[in-house]
Amino acid sequence: MSAAEASLGRQIKGPSAVGSDPRRFWHLTRALAVTEFKLRFFGSVLGYAWQVMRPLLLFGVLYVLFTQVIDVGNDVPRYGVALLLGLVLYTFFSEATSTAVSSIVDRENLVRKIEFPRLAVPLSVVLTALFNLGLNLCVVVVFLLASGGSVRWTWLELIPLVGLLTVLASGVAMLVSALFVRARDIKPIWDVVLQVLFYASPIFYAIETVQESAPSWVAKLLMLNPFAAILQQARHAMIDPQYQTAAQAIGPDWRLIIPLGISFGVFALGYAVFRRAAPRLAEDL
Amino acid sequence: MPAPPAVAVDGVSKTFRLPHERVHTLKERALHPLRRMGHEAFPALKDVSFAVDHGEFFGIVGRNGSGKSTLLKCLAGIYAADRGRIYVNGRMSTFIELGVGFNNDLPARDNVMINATMLGLSPREAKRRYDAVIDFAELREFEDLKLKNYSSGMEVRLAFSVMMQVDAEVLLIDEVLAVGDASFQQKCFDEFARIRREGKTVLLVTHDMGNVQRFCDRAMLLERGSIVEIGEPDRVASRYLELNFNSGDVEATREEADAGRYGDGRGEIVEAWFQNEAGERVQTVPGGGGRLVICFRARFHETVEDPLFGVVLADDRGTPVFEASNLLEGPSGTFEAGEETTIRIAFENVLSSGRYEMTPAIARGGSGVAWIDRRERLASVVVTAARSTDAVLDVPFDLEVGERERR
Repeated sequence: MSAAEASLGRQIKGPSAVGSDPRRFWHLTRALAVTEFKLRFFGSVLGYAWQVMRPLLLFGVLYVLFTQVIDVGNDVPRYGVALLLGLVLYTFFSEATSTAVSSIVDRENLVRKIEFPRLAVPLSVVLTALFNLGLNLCVVVVFLLASGGSVRWTWLELIPLVGLLTVLASGVAMLVSALFVRARDIKPIWDVVLQVLFYASPIFYAIETVQESAPSWVAKLLMLNPFAAILQQARHAMIDPQYQTAAQAIGPDWRLIIPLGISFGVFALGYAVFRRAAPRLAEDL
Repeated sequence: MPAPPAVAVDGVSKTFRLPHERVHTLKERALHPLRRMGHEAFPALKDVSFAVDHGEFFGIVGRNGSGKSTLLKCLAGIYAADRGRIYVNGRMSTFIELGVGFNNDLPARDNVMINATMLGLSPREAKRRYDAVIDFAELREFEDLKLKNYSSGMEVRLAFSVMMQVDAEVLLIDEVLAVGDASFQQKCFDEFARIRREGKTVLLVTHDMGNVQRFCDRAMLLERGSIVEIGEPDRVASRYLELNFNSGDVEATREEADAGRYGDGRGEIVEAWFQNEAGERVQTVPGGGGRLVICFRARFHETVEDPLFGVVLADDRGTPVFEASNLLEGPSGTFEAGEETTIRIAFENVLSSGRYEMTPAIARGGSGVAWIDRRERLASVVVTAARSTDAVLDVPFDLEVGERERR
């Protein structure tokens, strides 16, 4: 840009993904997320309690089923809390990504009426889900202490683990929300993917059970899924050290690069796709 | 070096691709992989350039689909322009719609915060200005009420108040003025006057020529994505009315006129027009006095004794404004076949702004009406009055407020 052009002031180049002011981006994302959080259970009698109830209800059914009817959980240390942690993390991932799919379309009135960094929309959805995850993790802690677990330093590992899961969820959120604007069947596709993810991840079973009853490559294959690896490590760090670390479950340590790579790869891909789509989102809606 | 303009637009073009067939699902893609989506290019803006100085109140007018909203969205950064450059000096805020991000289930306080954040304030700034917003909107007693329990007027007031508190130096506004009750509108106009005095720059997209003439320092008329006129608000307003009422539908009007044509063919009305005092044919005249002349030319195919000539002037809603004829003026004489004459009806132009159509007629006198030729809405004129009134006539008047008396 020449000096003469620079003197003309700020050039308006149309909408972008992140915008030029990171503070404004953060304020917007937060404002959208807080509003969404406030509205979620607006008008319901129990309010925020529902946010906690949802995974708990599912937990109740699965717990009875897998300890009393089908024998999956009885050999597993602290099966109940391990199941609950799995459900809570899965709920976070599924809520963040499935809400994100239609988020841009749902926020049409904003996107078409005002200039703001477009990425705030899908990321605010992830942030709302993150608030809910915080609430749910409190319940997990209560259950854990009630079932005889003790406070350990390794609980802190949960922070980078949730961070990594957030990276993965954000990547998916950016990807699917941008694609959904042009191809509406991303939604049913993603619903199926989430369903598959639920059964393919060691949520209601332990990866150790898989190792005992199936060829050894099955468990290792399952652990390539970043969600499974994160969950496994979280169980080791939080529930009981008897659980294998993600590294132990996947085989040689270096293989951890694969789930890590997938997480960051999805994030990079999602960001690239979203950034490309951002300037035209208002027109394509 | 002279100060750079507040807004500089250089050769901006924007073309929308309108797909012929919207392919929304992957299945449709998969089933018809070879069928490319046909695109229709719709040029919404063609090489638009202009500059707005600091402190200027700039009007952007145009008919529906002329590209004015697209231009505003490009300026606001909602659309990316295909070509050209846009520069803005100073903090800019866009008001394409009042109350962006408003949520019905939240109380006023939360909504003000969200809206202000969307418009570019930080949460801290928004909090600091919250009181000013509520006071300006006069909604203090309702601040804890959920938005869905607000009346529409209250909601608008709240939205407008936020917009006023955002403190932008350059404001882009899209027809949000015509809302609220009269006293609130007045308040908004006062606020606009204040914004102007403070030296802020406003770009206003509007249909209302009254607002253009009242507020704007300069205005720009867009038509089919190009600038038609840029300059004095009065001139732009006249051009707008002219364009709105005269372009494109001349043919349609003629056909309609033929549909509404009656007569026995002994004579015909050849043409009709309006002219001003100077005798020039006009399609647009300024309102507020002066004489306007209705003219039509009649030709006779047979001998007619003492024909009647008359005209009805109606506004664009079809309401007759006045009628004139020579019915009571005495005999007009005998016209032979092949003779022509021009009828002129001059009157004091007390019409208010708008479009007026004339229906001239020739008839045979005597009992009853026997049309020789009557052509409905044969010609029209657009009156551009500086004063905006809802009434048909804008008659000069004297208004006097008497002395104060105590009884």
